[in-house]
Amino acid sequence: MSAYSHTDALRPERGKLKIYLGYAAGVGKTYQMLDEGQALTRSGHEVVIGYFEPHGRKDTIAKTEGIELIPRRIIEYRGSTFEEMDVPSILARRPEICLVDELPHTNVPGAERVKRWEDVIALLEAGIDVFSTVNVQHLESLNDQVLQITGVRVRETVPDWVLRQAEEVVMVDVTPRALLNRLQRGVVYPSDKARRAMDFFFKESTLVALRELALRETAHEVNVRVVDMAPRLQRASSAAVGGERLLVFVTESAGAEALVRRARRVADYLGAECYAVYVRAGEQVERAVALARRLQIETRELEADDRALALVEFARNHQVTHLFVARPRYTGLRWLIGRNLVHRIVRMAKEIEVIVVAGRSAPGG
Amino acid sequence: MGGRPDLRPDPELLLRQVMAEERATVRERLKIFLGYASGVGKTMRMLEEARRRQDRGEDVVIAAVQPKLGTEAAALLGRFEVIPLRAVPGGEVLDVDAILARRPGVCFIDGVAYDNPPGSRHAARWQDVEELVEHGITLVTSLNIQHIEEERERTERITGKRVLQTVPKRFVTQADEIVVVDVPSDMLLQRSGEHADPDRARRMGELREMTLLLAAEVVDRQLEEALHAQGADPVWSAHERILVCLTPHANAGRMLASGKRNADRFRGDLLVAYVEQPGLSPEAQTRLQNGLREAQALGAAVEVLAGEDPIDTILQFARANRITQIFVGHSLRETLWRRWIGGPLDRLIRGAEGMDVRIFPH
Repeated sequence: MSAYSHTDALRPERGKLKIYLGYAAGVGKTYQMLDEGQALTRSGHEVVIGYFEPHGRKDTIAKTEGIELIPRRIIEYRGSTFEEMDVPSILARRPEICLVDELPHTNVPGAERVKRWEDVIALLEAGIDVFSTVNVQHLESLNDQVLQITGVRVRETVPDWVLRQAEEVVMVDVTPRALLNRLQRGVVYPSDKARRAMDFFFKESTLVALRELALRETAHEVNVRVVDMAPRLQRASSAAVGGERLLVFVTESAGAEALVRRARRVADYLGAECYAVYVRAGEQVERAVALARRLQIETRELEADDRALALVEFARNHQVTHLFVARPRYTGLRWLIGRNLVHRIVRMAKEIEVIVVAGRSAPGG
Repeated sequence: MGGRPDLRPDPELLLRQVMAEERATVRERLKIFLGYASGVGKTMRMLEEARRRQDRGEDVVIAAVQPKLGTEAAALLGRFEVIPLRAVPGGEVLDVDAILARRPGVCFIDGVAYDNPPGSRHAARWQDVEELVEHGITLVTSLNIQHIEEERERTERITGKRVLQTVPKRFVTQADEIVVVDVPSDMLLQRSGEHADPDRARRMGELREMTLLLAAEVVDRQLEEALHAQGADPVWSAHERILVCLTPHANAGRMLASGKRNADRFRGDLLVAYVEQPGLSPEAQTRLQNGLREAQALGAAVEVLAGEDPIDTILQFARANRITQIFVGHSLRETLWRRWIGGPLDRLIRGAEGMDVRIFPH
């Protein structure tokens, strides 16, 4: 199809990304993705399955019928073999549309890229349309809220801007009760794994909370695209009007990463620009700065004896409207120091809103 | 640490717990597939659910289908027992008596927003459905957002089309289950063979966002019930809830404007609280009243709280209301001594576990 007409000298038009968003394993993301893949195959489109996780589900496996499957490739690592999506073969095959399950997956070392979402971007850049699946709890900026709700720190995350690249985000909805039924009947996981999963992640209240997050996230993604489509005059109540600019102050604290994620989220919802400054210190700062960069936050090192003063000066010079700082630890002398830092920032910042970001921890923790 | 000072069972909490349990046992009966337009695939989703239930051995009956069915849907329909609509002068109605006599395990009604002809048992089909539910029949039905009375004005403005037949919003919010049937608007337009111009796609997007948020609202109510039934009392919320704390000296205008904007952008809730203080000067009283009036005008839920210690009172209220962000004013005229021993702001930050604190100096 159209992709064939491109030569290497001519960069192909970037492919379109469509994401099926759910709130737990078993809601039917893969099923719906394959269902659409089948429909498109029938109407003459060139669809391939780049990666598909059957989980032994009969109905889902039946949905792959009639769609070309690109076999996984074997990668050896430390004496074991792993199966990963065969990106080189897909690029060589150049289909019109490629279906890629489980966007947050981390590849085994030895693959070209660390994350599957990076593979997906490579496919998009080659001009291939990609359909993919993800659960809301894997969104980076929601990581701390998800910990609060579920008690689980999700390790495999997808930066929010990857979702933002999608042309469309579709909510795959099912009621938690129906999902729990599926789980009990062993449709989602084999039964022993199901029992363990049900103990925490699949508690009904947890599922209901994740479902609400997913509905709201999808609504937000739809809203952002609606606003983009609106004629300029009609954007009055939209995000872009505020002209807000957020600055994150990254300091050596256990909550530094949570701070970065929270600021990113608020910036995205306000449609604001987001920057971070940091004072070089230990490992926690390094990690938080690396995270900020992954989330496409521009970072700058601050060199100063008086941190609060330098921060507020920087904020003023850059027309910052919101300053995000971590909550001071409230033990011993560090609380005093942290508290004074917050106070000094507030005193100097005056018309800039200062936001002390909460530590969000697991329930009961 | 930040332990709850009051551990007696809260009577209101107990009541809600009982109500949640009752709902779980008594009204485990009505499920609605909600879409943002016709053609999103509600009929297929319903028929697939009917097939799955039938495969599991449930006694499935179909009592209403849409006049035009796709080939796939028509093929599926053949598997089920159908109780046809009854022809009456002026139209067709659900055959409530026949359904009651048949007593199916689960009854599917595709499309609930229909008015019945004058002289029928009920004025509208949703009332027939309620009667069936009250008689203990499990019902699965479908609805588009345009047909919810309270949303009608907005959807009519978006689509430019008049809607005549509606159901009250409470029919939807009180259903036991609600499922969103979502599909990207460009696909919907393609499917229905319509031209996908950007303006149409945008309007569809607006309806889609409304539908997702309505479902989120229903799910949030379910979340509260599930947590109460379980006796859990979380401090988090699955959506943003902003609490603006007013005092006579606070810069109310700025705090409220910021609170409103953030609540709007997050599609969250705006709450405003004031902790009563004795001996306010007339000027302070006026300033405070103005702030509270402004809050009400913005549509915020305004609460006047009483408590010995303002910070404890605010924190208790914030926890009970699952607040995610607290907005407070802060006087820059604090004494050095206050700063050294820790003033109210420090106590608030310290106590506001799991909540962001946004500070507005004055």
